[in-house]
Amino acid sequence: MRGLVFRAFDRGGMIFLGILFGLILLLALSNLLMPVGHALHAPTYLVSLIGKYLTYALLALSVDLIWGFCGILSLGHGAFFALGGYAMGMYLMRQIGDRGVYGNPELPDFMVFLNYSELPWYWHGFDMFWFAAIMIVFVPGLLAFIFGWFAFRSRVTGVYLSIITQAMTYALMLAFFRNNMGFGGNNGLTDFKDLLGFDLQNDGTRVGLLFASAAALGLGFLICKAVTRSKYGKVITAIRDAESRTRFLGYRVDRYKLAVFTLSACMAGVAGALYVPQVGIINPSEFTPANSIEVVVWVAVGGRGTLYGAVIGAILVNYAKTYLTGALPEIWLFALGGLFVFVTLFLPRGIVGAINGSGDGGPSPIMTKIRNWREARAMEGRS
Amino acid sequence: MFGFGRVKALAAVSALAIGLTTGAAQAADTIKVGILHSLSGTMAISETTLKDVMLMLIDDQNKKGGLLGKQLEAVVVDPASNWPLFAEKARELIEVNGTSVVFGCWTSVSRKSVLPVFEELNSMLFYPVQYEGEESSRNVFYTGAAPNQQAIPAVDYLMKTESVERWVLAGTDYVYPRTTNKILESYLKAKGVPAEDIMINYTPFGHSDWQTIVADIKKFGSAGKKTAVVSTINGDANVPFYKELGNQGIKAEDIPVVAFSVGEEELAGIDTGPLVGHLAAWNYFMSIDTPENDAFISKWHAFIGNEDRVTNDPMEAHYIGFKMWVQAVQQAGTTDVDAVRQAMYGQTVPNLTGGIAVMNTNHHLSKPVVIGEIQDDGQIQTVWSTDGVVVGDAWSDFIPESAKLTADWTYPWVCGGCEKPTY
Amino acid sequence: MIARLLALMIALCCGLPALAADPDDLPGLIDQLHTRDYAAMEQTVNAIAATGDPLAVAPLQALSDGDLYYRKSDDKVFIARKAESGTDLIDPLTGEFVENVGRRDARKIGINNNMRRALRGALGSLTLLSPDPSVRAAAAQSLFKSPDPNAVEALGQAIAAEKDAAIRTAMEEAQAASILLSDLDDATKIAAIESLADRGGRDAMSLLKGIPDTASDPVKAAAADGIASIEAALALWSTAQNIYYGISLGSVLLMAAIGLAITFGVMGVINMAHGEMVMLGAYTTYVVQEIIRNNAPGMFEFSLAIAVPLAFLVSGSVGVLIERTVIRYLYGRALETLLATWGVSLIIQQLVRSIFGPTNKEVGNPDFMSGAVQLGEMTLTYNRIWIIVFALVVLAMLMLVLKRTPLGLQMRAVTQNRRMAGAMGIRTDRVDALTFGLGSGIAGMAGVALSQIDNVSPNLGQSYIIDSFMVVVFGGVGNLWGTLVGALSLGIANKFLEPYAGAVLAKILVLVAIILFIQKRPRGLFALKGRAVES
Repeated sequence: MRGLVFRAFDRGGMIFLGILFGLILLLALSNLLMPVGHALHAPTYLVSLIGKYLTYALLALSVDLIWGFCGILSLGHGAFFALGGYAMGMYLMRQIGDRGVYGNPELPDFMVFLNYSELPWYWHGFDMFWFAAIMIVFVPGLLAFIFGWFAFRSRVTGVYLSIITQAMTYALMLAFFRNNMGFGGNNGLTDFKDLLGFDLQNDGTRVGLLFASAAALGLGFLICKAVTRSKYGKVITAIRDAESRTRFLGYRVDRYKLAVFTLSACMAGVAGALYVPQVGIINPSEFTPANSIEVVVWVAVGGRGTLYGAVIGAILVNYAKTYLTGALPEIWLFALGGLFVFVTLFLPRGIVGAINGSGDGGPSPIMTKIRNWREARAMEGRS
Repeated sequence: MFGFGRVKALAAVSALAIGLTTGAAQAADTIKVGILHSLSGTMAISETTLKDVMLMLIDDQNKKGGLLGKQLEAVVVDPASNWPLFAEKARELIEVNGTSVVFGCWTSVSRKSVLPVFEELNSMLFYPVQYEGEESSRNVFYTGAAPNQQAIPAVDYLMKTESVERWVLAGTDYVYPRTTNKILESYLKAKGVPAEDIMINYTPFGHSDWQTIVADIKKFGSAGKKTAVVSTINGDANVPFYKELGNQGIKAEDIPVVAFSVGEEELAGIDTGPLVGHLAAWNYFMSIDTPENDAFISKWHAFIGNEDRVTNDPMEAHYIGFKMWVQAVQQAGTTDVDAVRQAMYGQTVPNLTGGIAVMNTNHHLSKPVVIGEIQDDGQIQTVWSTDGVVVGDAWSDFIPESAKLTADWTYPWVCGGCEKPTY
Repeated sequence: MIARLLALMIALCCGLPALAADPDDLPGLIDQLHTRDYAAMEQTVNAIAATGDPLAVAPLQALSDGDLYYRKSDDKVFIARKAESGTDLIDPLTGEFVENVGRRDARKIGINNNMRRALRGALGSLTLLSPDPSVRAAAAQSLFKSPDPNAVEALGQAIAAEKDAAIRTAMEEAQAASILLSDLDDATKIAAIESLADRGGRDAMSLLKGIPDTASDPVKAAAADGIASIEAALALWSTAQNIYYGISLGSVLLMAAIGLAITFGVMGVINMAHGEMVMLGAYTTYVVQEIIRNNAPGMFEFSLAIAVPLAFLVSGSVGVLIERTVIRYLYGRALETLLATWGVSLIIQQLVRSIFGPTNKEVGNPDFMSGAVQLGEMTLTYNRIWIIVFALVVLAMLMLVLKRTPLGLQMRAVTQNRRMAGAMGIRTDRVDALTFGLGSGIAGMAGVALSQIDNVSPNLGQSYIIDSFMVVVFGGVGNLWGTLVGALSLGIANKFLEPYAGAVLAKILVLVAIILFIQKRPRGLFALKGRAVES
């Protein structure tokens, strides 16, 4: 166990965590302590924006864990994210109590409106935070376990697996769009008031959520690091590189895959749960297959197979989206689409892979070129 | 070298983040008007036009000398039909760009998503689309129709003029059709229509295979009683729905369809030949012959540079909303949200269809209701209209929980939905 | 003569105020059509019909078609025709050209649905004795749809004079429908009910169900028998109808998926831009139709025939372009093609949005694609029939290309073993580009078909991409037969579930079934066997 913890806290991990928490602390201080209008004051807008990015980063991390290290390309990870989000959303809805427009202490507004006489059974318990917190991890985990148990046992791999994960999130999206499901249909869950008694519109709560997101991301990072550096992680990487060979060596490939898939879904669920109070809405469009594909794109842009690459990819792509939808509202899709094509063609190992060697070792093309050029210069100078 | 790469990458990210902060601190001597309409994604079909009409109105106002001696500046962002992004962009418009007012949103969910932001930051949103009601926020002015300004008059018309006895309520499965159908169902039952003469059907967004449902409607309509369809089917799904109706030979003379979400813009994508006679209920039709409407249409054609572009009801809603806001700012002498809000109440603007629109204290408009039949040129010809204007009702009288509630933002109520005055 | 009789009858029944004017003053009556009071307008129409003058057909038809205008200056009524500039006004009775006025100087006389029904009846009774058999058939049809107790006698006369058996039957049915509404004796009514029950169909059932409660008991009993026999027949037909709907939905899925069966199924490229190729095909149709509308309106019927090859070329060359610039660097990295083509799809979508605007574009249905044919109690719409045929033809041609042409041989060789094929002298990169172009081109042809039933907007492709992948994976990657069977079975399953579960739940159930099926057969319905698939 000690070894596991140690492995997680290697030099790279320490640097990553240090920078993460340093920046977050700086942001929090400048938001809370600096007076509004001061040059160093960080607007609340930035706090919730960065908070949102961090939850996206955690989601990207969870995808990277299975795709980058185990070769399972899930095009339905948005579903786990959204399920975690819905669990949190249900808790937040129950917290509204009788402050809704119809003043019903028990039923959320949309249920009053759709003539529900009592709370559906699956809504019970969500008035308690501990229950919701368990569900945030449990529901996505359970779905992933059942799905994975079927899929990995019957050796559905590669493209087939990707497509059926897509079918899964698509089916869930259609299901949650139905008003009869009791999750608010297209409008989803919204109009949240407070979380654990803290007013969600308060700057302090926002900074708190930012810290929680950073902590979750840090923890997720450490868990992934620990897993991938362990013996277990070596088997997983072996499965990625040669599944049949690993199986012939006597490893129960399906069990390894199932475990890592479930872990990853739980992480995605936590990310979703932290995302919801920061953006203030959860609705079925989070289940759209396009969203899940986008997560994969973040990982690819950052660099798959390197944990911090996924984090950087998520933050960078989302920052680009925030910036471009404001600065070039008419043509931003060209820029984003172009970025994806560019990265796949010219930076096959992502941004991280381009800057230094990839996670798999071996120098990146760009660094090799630079080194060659330097060496050539040095030779010239000598002659 | 490994660690170095990491540091560099993270440094780059933080530099970007700081870049975002500094972008906030710039002020110029213009009045900023935010435009929050999707320019990409599924809703771009409807919302892009509204962005253009806002640009036209702002441009027009600037040519008249601006407002309070300053020029208006439009700030356009693209929330990309993504609901959480709507909230983020709303916050960006208000906090970072410092807009005095925002015109935007189309779907109910996008409005619900931005609502907490506008309330928290005490800003002002003009929402131009017909919607389900059941809401009145201090920070939102609803310039589209409430259900009592669209659905109820249309059903009345069908009952009286076409003596319809059997009703199909077909809608997309989301909150607007659910509410409208709930209101209509209780209204029809109150009028003595038995339950077996009402059929309710919901379909998903973007539903494109209507064979079974159209066949069901035909079946339902062959019970010897005059049947009509009340359609709250959302934008995209309408084209295949109407095509299937036309092809299966359902004529307006036999089973008329009255729609609340189909306007000139939606019809522009269909060959309306087989649809002649189906109905639509709105507060505005492009075909209505008034000098104001003529002027508006010519201005729109000149601005967009295309004689074939149509105008529709949400465009008129933005026209009225923007004019009212301009008048309110002039009266208040400032763009301060609280002062402008007070000045908004009772503000009047001539409708493009004749008559005068009034902003009520429940943040909804009084507007006339017009019912029209679709023509083969894609226009809608009025066949019936209210004598005067109808007051928009935030809380429907036909839903028991909401009939008790009152929305009135002036003394002594000062509340968007309560049973007793707050003062 | 009959018409005079009819006129007299109507006049006696209704005592119309419009008849206060001289009933033979047709021009005067026609000018009275210009009113906003629909009740008055209806009376005028009845009065015009009562004149029985065949000349009255033209103005009434024009009113029904929305071509009857009034001149603003003097409120006189004319038939209008769109001219190069302004409107040509034509005398409603003589058909002579009167003058050309500005577009805003003459305005349309609006009508409502009640008026349309009245016009249908009036035109029906006016044209019952027309020399043109198709007009007579149409008249009988419209009288069946707008039955009128006053037309019973006129129909009787027309039946007596009718030579054509089919038209006579139609007239008899129309007469039966009219009898039900009249106050004739019970025996006549029961005979009418029996004739309607023999006719069958929903319209007849609707008429029978509409018999008022005040009718006598024998009439009601006969009607109940009639309804029961029609319902039994309809129940049988509805199963057949469901199968047809299923095949039709399946053919749409097949159409959308065939192209993907090549780019994804044969080449292994996870082509997320496939939907955009379909969209480009639909926009090609739009452009072709626009050009035809502006330059040669007479060619409109051929617009689809022109659009199909053009759409193939447009989407195909875009496909080749994508393959040459992006995908060729990614062979062997299947999952990365997903990312790149995703980016490409965003770019194409935005490009189309920038060029054509975000709103829906109108793509018209040529005449052979509109309307429906009635097969027993099944309504088969022409556009769906043609799409079924088109999908099967495209599939057959594609199979021929793959199995019988040198290009097809080379394609299969390259996909099976690229290096070996290269060693045999096949220019693999050229074959790759052509294969991708072929798949994309077929997607473009699918776009032409889909433009006939769906929105033509930049989002068109998005709504089909997931379904297409499901079909290909369900059927088995790399097998065209699998794609065919997959598409049809998904379509039929969906349509059989829909009446019980509703449209949404049916789709969810089908998706869950696919997920479970893939567990059972991880490589789809028709899996390729052999070692090649392991890689």
